[in-house]
Amino acid sequence: MGFFQKVWFITWKDVKAEWRTREIFSSTFIFTLLVIVIFNFALDPGADPQTTLPGALWIAFTFAGVLGLNRSFILERENEAFQGLLLCPVDRGVIYLGKMLGSLLFMSVVELIALPIFMVFFNLNLLSLLPGLGLVILLSTLGFISVGTLFSAMSIHTKTREVMLPVLLFPVVVPVIIGAVKATDRILAQKPLSDITSWLHLLIAFDIIFLVASFLTFEFVVEE
Amino acid sequence: MKSTPRYTPVDLLGWATFLTMTVGLYLIFMYAPTEQKMGIVQRIFYFHLPSAWTSFLAFFVVAVSSSLYLWRRERKWDRIAYASAEIGVVFCSLVLLTGPIWARPVWNVWWTWDPRLTTTLILWLMYVAYLMLRSSSESSKTSRFTAVFGILAFLDVPLVYMSTRWWRTIHPKPVIGGEPGSSGLALEMALTLMVCLLAFTLFYIYLMAQRISLEKLKDEIEEIKQNVETLKERSN
Repeated sequence: MGFFQKVWFITWKDVKAEWRTREIFSSTFIFTLLVIVIFNFALDPGADPQTTLPGALWIAFTFAGVLGLNRSFILERENEAFQGLLLCPVDRGVIYLGKMLGSLLFMSVVELIALPIFMVFFNLNLLSLLPGLGLVILLSTLGFISVGTLFSAMSIHTKTREVMLPVLLFPVVVPVIIGAVKATDRILAQKPLSDITSWLHLLIAFDIIFLVASFLTFEFVVEE
Repeated sequence: MKSTPRYTPVDLLGWATFLTMTVGLYLIFMYAPTEQKMGIVQRIFYFHLPSAWTSFLAFFVVAVSSSLYLWRRERKWDRIAYASAEIGVVFCSLVLLTGPIWARPVWNVWWTWDPRLTTTLILWLMYVAYLMLRSSSESSKTSRFTAVFGILAFLDVPLVYMSTRWWRTIHPKPVIGGEPGSSGLALEMALTLMVCLLAFTLFYIYLMAQRISLEKLKDEIEEIKQNVETLKERSN
């Protein structure tokens, strides 16, 4: 069995489990929706949607992402499922990539469905901006999920589980958040993609560094 | 039982720190000239900059000893990482406290989201998270978790600095003039700064030595406790 096939099997297991319960999807999705609604109360109704949307979008995605990541490993704790996963005859790195891809998938689906809702609530037409926006969202979510998966595997073994993950994750993903918000802001201002290349480079650099670092250090985290 | 020498190297280090610190204080208040534009408050700089240097050094030590721990699995590297993270957070807090005291009269604001300030704040948050992770994870996993986090946090520092710099240069805020140090330090100021840097570095090493020996004692007590437990079980 090839490396990527093994990774895919682990991701597929998560997708199947999620399809049966829809637990992660429903909780993160409703949460995202709530953030949008709360944001509309918190902001001045007359405020320019173009200046407020990047902030609202990324606050919603970051917090929803933390919720999803938390679930991803807490589910494995039930019935000692994680022990079974560790017994699989695969590298620890494969388990990391599989879990990471699963979370990335769930997060992307939530984001995909949340975008039209943002469009409606903020009265903005995002369709023409979708290629650029999609790229920024994908790169940022990848960076966020790559570190998040590693930290989630740690935080489930702490006393303050749910709180520990954002405490660890948020300071580390500051570059991703800044890059995502700034790039989204530029895209909404109809600036060409060349205007945000430095931000895209930053996001790509973050993704590569932390994918590799998390992939390599994951085995130390799950070791029994 | 071997007899304890009158002065251990750590004691000598403590005295050396005390002396340099005293000389440093004398230089700060008696020798270094008052900065013309900023006035007396600029003297906080002689503590501000060495604190920043010490905290960066401490966080660097965390990253190095974390890597060594994962590689060699020797408890001593874990102790060094823990001690250094704790001391680093203390000095980083000092930087974040002395900074606004200086900034208020000079820049007219307590805080500004300048890249250097922002990076220091994020750094502080990261290593506070490090200490929280240490105090709340299951004991058998603590060392491995914190070592992994220590390495990742350190990898992140250049990215945080870069992103905050771009964030600001794209949206400039006319708050900050040049860095006071860059406009050419007077010789007396430079000398004072050097002595203070030395004093803080010595202080860091002294605190490290103390903190590490404290951790060692904790380990010994743990071991003794366990021995007592096994003895109890055996006698039952």
